[in-house]
Amino acid sequence: MFAAIYIPDFLVEAILRLQPELRARAVVVMEGTAPLLRVIAVNERAADAGLEPGMTRLQAEEHVAACMGVLVMRSPEQEASARAALLDAACGFSPRVEDTAPGLVVIDLEGLERIFGPAAKMARDIARRCSEIGLEAQVAVTSNPDAAIHAARGFSGVTVIPEGREAERLAMLPVDVLTVPVASDTQKSKIENQNSAELLDTFERWGVRNLRALAALPEVAVTERLGQAGLQWQRMARGQTRRSLHLVEPPARFEESCELEYPVESLEPLSFLFHRMLEQLCARLAARALATNELTVTLGLDPVEDESLVNQKSEIKNQKCFCRSLRLPVPMLDPKVFLKLLQLDLQAHPPGAPVVKVSIEAQPAEPRRTQNGLFQPSAPEAERLEVTLAKIQSMVDGQRSTDEEQRVGSAEMLDTHRPDAFRINRFATVGPAALSRAEAKMSRVPHPDRGWKGGNVPVIALRLMRPPISAKVVVRAGKPVRVECEPVQGEIAWAAGPWKASGGWWSEKPWAREEWDVCVGAACYRIYRDAKGWFVEGIYD
Amino acid sequence: MAGVRVGRDGVLVVPASRLEERSAAITVSTGIAALDQLSGGIPRGALTEICGPASSGRTSVLLSLMARMTQANEVCALVDASDSFDPHSAEAAGVELKRVLWVRCSSATRSTGATGNLKFENFKISTSQSSVSPCLRVDAYGRRKEQMSRVEQALKAADLLLQGGGFGLVVVDLAGIAPDTARRVPLTSWFRFRRAVENTATALVVLEQEPYAKTCASVVIQLSAISSPLSVKRPTRQPSHAALLGGLEIHAEVVRDRQQRKPVRSAEARWESRAQFAI
Repeated sequence: MFAAIYIPDFLVEAILRLQPELRARAVVVMEGTAPLLRVIAVNERAADAGLEPGMTRLQAEEHVAACMGVLVMRSPEQEASARAALLDAACGFSPRVEDTAPGLVVIDLEGLERIFGPAAKMARDIARRCSEIGLEAQVAVTSNPDAAIHAARGFSGVTVIPEGREAERLAMLPVDVLTVPVASDTQKSKIENQNSAELLDTFERWGVRNLRALAALPEVAVTERLGQAGLQWQRMARGQTRRSLHLVEPPARFEESCELEYPVESLEPLSFLFHRMLEQLCARLAARALATNELTVTLGLDPVEDESLVNQKSEIKNQKCFCRSLRLPVPMLDPKVFLKLLQLDLQAHPPGAPVVKVSIEAQPAEPRRTQNGLFQPSAPEAERLEVTLAKIQSMVDGQRSTDEEQRVGSAEMLDTHRPDAFRINRFATVGPAALSRAEAKMSRVPHPDRGWKGGNVPVIALRLMRPPISAKVVVRAGKPVRVECEPVQGEIAWAAGPWKASGGWWSEKPWAREEWDVCVGAACYRIYRDAKGWFVEGIYD
Repeated sequence: MAGVRVGRDGVLVVPASRLEERSAAITVSTGIAALDQLSGGIPRGALTEICGPASSGRTSVLLSLMARMTQANEVCALVDASDSFDPHSAEAAGVELKRVLWVRCSSATRSTGATGNLKFENFKISTSQSSVSPCLRVDAYGRRKEQMSRVEQALKAADLLLQGGGFGLVVVDLAGIAPDTARRVPLTSWFRFRRAVENTATALVVLEQEPYAKTCASVVIQLSAISSPLSVKRPTRQPSHAALLGGLEIHAEVVRDRQQRKPVRSAEARWESRAQFAI
């Protein structure tokens, strides 16, 4: 059993996927370079208004103005995305898929009744899946692929033809439904298209209008006059052809692109477009039971012409595209979360010029599967946590220039004796299973260098001052006796030190200092002296 | 239900004796036996204030609490208004840093155009005073403005974390903020935090120099250092290089506790905290 999915007016549907608000209007797709623009595709409303392929732009504009339609330019990127989306939707039902032509896909449904149900239900599910990815499809299920293709092209909606009744159901379809446009530009495909046109012309002159008339012709006579091609057409008209599918392995590339008609300068209109593109991407990933852990957004920029608008960074002026990559801690599949993260990221890192093209690519990944234990404490949900962290990050981020100056995340101590040496890592909820047994055991072993004791004795903490505060320290007999700086001022009542520390003598940034623990008033501080002078490092609390 | 009757207009009338009783709060151990015995632990679903001057042991109590929670596989969040958290001290106290989300507030702000304009010229960054040499940070007005900016960030970050949920402990560290600045936080903010954390499993702890949340706090613990720092017992006339900061002796007092009947006199506790290198 085979199912054929046919997208009528595929070139128009590829545009309407990302602009569904145009479905209620007459849409005309143009191609070519000015002034030789011509109409190559129209939707049903435009056809009713008198528009047809081959018209010039001027002719099309007259009709479009009358019916309040819209002219759009052809977009190869959107056609490629639509074709890929259709394949993804088909692969969600069966791995045996044939990419027959742009907007035409055939699926082998043999043996899938136990999984998806009877043929009629499968056909409806396929149509609904296509609708979810933004394509209005005609679906037909028959016993052979060619009959399925012709039924899908000839009948609207969902069609199921029982085995043996193909000729009867296809009888009233016009003869031109037997031609399947081939997209490739090879010589063979050109010859096939030319042969099809000649056959159609011949049948037209003979008065053969529908498949019933073609099927009724004597086989020998058809073979003598039209050759094997004519015989093949007659067999297709009778629904008697049998062939194998030319299977295709759809690439695991999930990308949506859209060129804008005019440069966009603000984030709000782009957000609508992002939302639709992300919804389409998530639908395609869901169709193949995948998620994503990385989104790459590429914005095509309009060159900046006004010199006064250019900042000191001259590379912004010549930048043609702007690329941002969002890495997620776990695979996700929520378009709303992705949209929020994208908005926050672009607000924090604007491209610097108006946008003329948008492209979003999602890296596929296996969806995460977590099993929370009954007695394990709850943790923040990954999606909500990611949005929360992005909002906090955009709020507290200052002029962060290196990764060491990250301000939101989890701290990790570096393997060095340099004071205040740590790194901020991306925060992710760590389940107990994420730590190996060895790691969990080691985390409770005292580290000799770090003086971890644990147990029931609370350890006194140090509150650091970042950056350390420069101070004037009066030293008498080698011992500090008075400190003067903004937060600390007064006589030192008690002092312990000096404790000398140094390191990195082999590197470009050696350090050496002399530490003291002092008490001024009722508080205890750590101060130190290095080559630059005295500093207050922190307060014991 | 016995005692319940239907009044006029079909309204259900429940006698006062049948009203829902508030269940006892679930508490978390701080890891300090004396303090747990005094306060019963830090309650979940409530706001706790830990107050005290400098070197009163607030941060030590906090790190002990975080160590307990992270070792129990709970996730903690620390909103550090003055960016004074020391990972080294935390690790020494037993905190699993992987389970602590550290939010380091800054005084630098980032602003874009009101409509989210993507053009570069509307992308403005105001330089923070923290990037200026600390010797020059003497302007009182500028310092207060910087601190207020940090407090605002801290409150917003805490609000986002509480709304997101899922954390076992959320700490707002205002200990490094001057009292005259921290007092400017409106009571409505504290009330909002209290409502956000109610009926959740999250314990909200605020570290500060004085209690600011008034009646919004369920538990208020006042800390103070009793005497001069402990030093390892050595002869009194010792050279400075032979002396060692042994630790601090902490005195704690529960000023308010909504979880229990108010004691006749304030309950107090004392314990010693030790420096990690002095044991």
